[in-house]
Amino acid sequence: MNIHEYQAKELLRRYGVTTPRGQVAFTVDEAVAAAHMLGGPVWVVKAQIHAGGRGKGGGVKLARSIDEVRTHAQAILGMQLVTHQTSAEGQKVRRLWVEEGADIRKELYLGMVVDRGTQRVCLMASSEGGMDIEEVAAHTPELIHKVFIDPRTGLSDVDCDRVATAIGVPAASFEGARAAFRGLYNLFVECDASLAEINPLILAGDGRVIALDGKLNFDDNALFRHADIAALRDLDEEDPAEIEAMKHGLNYISLDGDIGCLVNGAGLAMATMDVIKLYGGSPANFLDVGGGATTEKVTEAFKIMLARPGLAAILVNIFGGIMKCDTIAEGVVAAAREVRLSVPLVVRMKGTNEDLGKKILADSGLPIIAANNMAEAGERVVAAARAGS
Amino acid sequence: MSILINRNSRVITQGITGKTGQYHTRTSRDYAEGRTCFVGGVNPNRAGQDFEGLPIFGTVREAKERTGANVSVIYVPPPFAAAAIDEAVDADLDLVICITEGIPVRDMINTRDRMRGKRTLLLGPNCPGVITPGELKIGIMPGHIHKQGPIGVVSRSGTLTYEAVGQLTELGLGQSTAVGIGGDPVNGLKHIDVMRMFNDDPATEAVIMIGEIGGSDEEEAARWVKENMKKPVVGFIAGVTAPPGKRMGHAGAIISGGKGTAQEKLAIMESCGIKVTRNPAEMGKLLKSVL
Repeated sequence: MNIHEYQAKELLRRYGVTTPRGQVAFTVDEAVAAAHMLGGPVWVVKAQIHAGGRGKGGGVKLARSIDEVRTHAQAILGMQLVTHQTSAEGQKVRRLWVEEGADIRKELYLGMVVDRGTQRVCLMASSEGGMDIEEVAAHTPELIHKVFIDPRTGLSDVDCDRVATAIGVPAASFEGARAAFRGLYNLFVECDASLAEINPLILAGDGRVIALDGKLNFDDNALFRHADIAALRDLDEEDPAEIEAMKHGLNYISLDGDIGCLVNGAGLAMATMDVIKLYGGSPANFLDVGGGATTEKVTEAFKIMLARPGLAAILVNIFGGIMKCDTIAEGVVAAAREVRLSVPLVVRMKGTNEDLGKKILADSGLPIIAANNMAEAGERVVAAARAGS
Repeated sequence: MSILINRNSRVITQGITGKTGQYHTRTSRDYAEGRTCFVGGVNPNRAGQDFEGLPIFGTVREAKERTGANVSVIYVPPPFAAAAIDEAVDADLDLVICITEGIPVRDMINTRDRMRGKRTLLLGPNCPGVITPGELKIGIMPGHIHKQGPIGVVSRSGTLTYEAVGQLTELGLGQSTAVGIGGDPVNGLKHIDVMRMFNDDPATEAVIMIGEIGGSDEEEAARWVKENMKKPVVGFIAGVTAPPGKRMGHAGAIISGGKGTAQEKLAIMESCGIKVTRNPAEMGKLLKSVL
């Protein structure tokens, strides 16, 4: 789960990381009031959407007067902000963050992720702040300094000062750097973050180390123990189809293509998308129905897929292990009837009671195209999609 | 022969009183020699009771002492599953298989750290389990699609493993052991560890390695195969069409920072002498071609 920059900064402050003073605003008047409250002479008006790259898209503006704060707030609030992380239509800006301007002497980068190899939290820091860290990693990897943090001992002063030195923090600011590194690490661990980034972390003219931005992702599997963080979820920032799917226990992700697919198991679901592509088609979604493809789940899945404009066909690929194929077939038939399926449906079923399942599909009188294996399924669904479009 | 488990394994179920634990303990006992191999269950609140004749103990240690168990399988709910692994590790079992999906990553970081220097092996979490066809099934996979034979199977996914096993069985190729290492980012045995075991197992003649986007396990295993493997290996990677930054069901299946793409994994596997297919319908056929 993602949260907004202003929410991330609030959490960072709670963990002892210095951030600029600021206020969230949902209207232009609130933005102006925030600027008055903060005092001048310089403010930054920042669009609050979950995607990165907001500055380049025109979502972050410097204001040198209250009038400029008003002008920028009017321009940004409600705009469709397009960045490299949003869709082509962009994301509507519904919230602003107005903060005091900062005296930037140096821009640094600080991030944390879980390193799968060492199975530890990895701190990454670089002197190349403000830039896309993936670019830095690709071109000048020697400028990224890492610490794989021992979960028993945490970050030592020695670790902190070594990294601070490596990224160009002067000794006078070591205390501030320690506070930033440790604060972020403690937040990461205690709040079950899965990714944390402060880019840029700045060295201010007065020597303070300040988080000028904040991006936090959280481990969905741990939200049950963080009701306060779960409450920060902003559904406006998420795909409505994915939210609807989640309500029904479906694991769904929208993609760009026109062939819907419904599969049991994440690995098989990905492989099914790959097969569609292999035969010249394009998947409209990833959908894992999980362990129990009940009639209700299949019906809801069909509804979600059919709601997509331009859907050309649906492929159901089920490996019935514990789940029996006849049960699944009954579910598919009932669901197809209930939603009055309007696009070709290809079904591939394999496993327990396979023959019984196929008979149920054939006897249903519905125009279901059967496939015996994944290759056939891919070929037939792509052909059906083309014939219909 | 086989790897990890065989007819001599003695197994207990942690979480035997839950619906999932009961269901899969029952299907595992009904498979091959499961009745002999499953010797008990653990639930601190139900000690002294039994599940269909299997004695229930209060702790893993007690279950081990009383039954001689050396393997445990965990169906405990996510908030308590890491502690269940810790308990099995503390009881010094040979192998712990954690089926539970949805364990917080932080819990697994701490559990894996506690396991440093211990001899207990962990399979999973978020995995289908492991099966040595004709002998013992520990997990949620459908037993009947398997067949005894010389092919080792290792995979991060559940149903995709069944797909590969189904294809092999249809071609008359049985399996020595099929291992699901699970879809989580912080887990126990990795592809490389299982590959080592298959290399040393006289009953395994060839291996099929199935991976997916995210991390670099497949790459590490491929490099090891190039230097050490005495047997043919074929592979498939799911997720060529997966977009970056999106978690594809499995917590570990995510392309981040341009790393962990299927194309990259396939290219490295090929450069290490592993034959790969981009068509999941042809995993079985590909393996047959290298025998």
